[in-house]
Amino acid sequence: MEQHRHLDDELNSLRDRVLLLGGETESALDRAMLALVERDSDIARQVLDNDDRVDQLEVEIDRQCIEIIALRQPAARDLRFVISVAKMAPVLERIADHAANIARVALDLNNEPELKSVTELSSMAGHALRMLHEALDAFTSGDAVAAREIIKSDSEINELYNHIFHQLIEMMVTEPATATRDARLLFVAKHLERIGDYVTDICELTVYMAEAAFIKHFK
Amino acid sequence: MRSEIYELRFEISDLKLRYGPLQSEIRNSQFEIPRMPAPTLTTRIAVAERPADTPAARTGAAAKISVRNLNFFYGKTQALHDVSLEIPERIVMAFIGPSGCGKSTLLRTLNRMNDVIPATRVEGEVIMDGRDIYEAGTDVVDLRRKVGMVFQKSNPFPKTIFDNVAYGLRINRLAKTKSELADRVEQALNDAALWSEVKDRLHTSALSLSGGQQQRLCIARALAVRPEVVLMDEPASALDPIATSKIEELIVDLKKRYTIVIVTHNMQQAARVSDTTAFFLLGKLIEVNSTEKMFTNPTEKLTEDYITGRFG
Repeated sequence: MEQHRHLDDELNSLRDRVLLLGGETESALDRAMLALVERDSDIARQVLDNDDRVDQLEVEIDRQCIEIIALRQPAARDLRFVISVAKMAPVLERIADHAANIARVALDLNNEPELKSVTELSSMAGHALRMLHEALDAFTSGDAVAAREIIKSDSEINELYNHIFHQLIEMMVTEPATATRDARLLFVAKHLERIGDYVTDICELTVYMAEAAFIKHFK
Repeated sequence: MRSEIYELRFEISDLKLRYGPLQSEIRNSQFEIPRMPAPTLTTRIAVAERPADTPAARTGAAAKISVRNLNFFYGKTQALHDVSLEIPERIVMAFIGPSGCGKSTLLRTLNRMNDVIPATRVEGEVIMDGRDIYEAGTDVVDLRRKVGMVFQKSNPFPKTIFDNVAYGLRINRLAKTKSELADRVEQALNDAALWSEVKDRLHTSALSLSGGQQQRLCIARALAVRPEVVLMDEPASALDPIATSKIEELIVDLKKRYTIVIVTHNMQQAARVSDTTAFFLLGKLIEVNSTEKMFTNPTEKLTEDYITGRFG
């Protein structure tokens, strides 16, 4: 009895930690976009300052997964949970990295004249954030059905990216003076597009955790 | 005549050693124990060579043993409930489950080791190579030659290393000449990964070996008579990690030629050595699946609870 309780305690603490990392990641993306749209450099700097915290959480999760595998030899659903978390932590860290890069773009653009707003960029960011939030919820509740739905919605992000890409190219052509700033926004769009892919990875790990099914590369 | 007496003496000491563990089990059990039945003497039967290890012989993984609707009773206590299970040829199958789940009882029904426990009863069938081993007229001694057994506690005879391994060959008259006997002893010791460690001291007492070596000697003794199936009841539970790992590697090597059934309480050991795992609870077979599936995604919730240590 003792032993199960200890294992459960450790698995719960691991779950808490990965959700904490998920929360930090969501908040980084949310604030990076806010810094960009509101031209608020303070918020952008907060995002960059907080990136160390994200890295630290990733390392802690890594260590904890290895420790549980080495000392507890988890099996079946416990094993799938630990493996999923171990693979998910670097994915979340990557998403936070993209958010930090968006914050850097915001800092650069805030030193230059304001651009004509690209509304699709905000809606693309909103979509990515929603996907991330729902993916973390699906992971928490082990909901493979929801995870599969979220994977499908990644195509909307890709469509928005294509649309924004053409729109920004057009702006560069019609107003060459804004080209360097437009190019920066193009990077933001690319970061958001990558985040959509990473959220897909999280959902695939959730499906594995819940159903032991490998769906990556088998769509 | 003298050699006959010699063999008879061997045989009796074998029976004592084979059933020793059972006797102590009987003594500790709740039943009233009548005297042990007199052992029947061995009928000697010519031994057919094992079929060649050709790919054709291995494909299909035909069932070596089919257990069908098996019920087993110790007096009024039912220890196995309607167990049906196919044990494919040349794989390692692990039986896991909490103490008292029936896994050792089932193991012992596979070579009729339970026969010697009084007041026991078997219903159902254990089909091996197309014949029910419980049907009247089965030669139990021959069955036990085909289905060898290794126990939790190594039980070498108080004889030399050589004589321990040669023992089964002598009583079954499986070697025609002295040199053939020596060859088969060497081969069995080789198969049990013990030869290099004992080849220079074959005529010293088996009791001078370490625990792990003694256990491998018992495996060599079981292999010497060229069984088809080897049953192992917790074969490494009394050994240190190095000796355990030697036994485990040996088990994996042996499955190329033998069908192996192992009872173990060590879940990691089941995961490491077996191809198929069967989980038992309260005398019932709950799930049998590939070991990989059992340890990553078992079908039954009871299995999952047991494997993840969340039982009860």
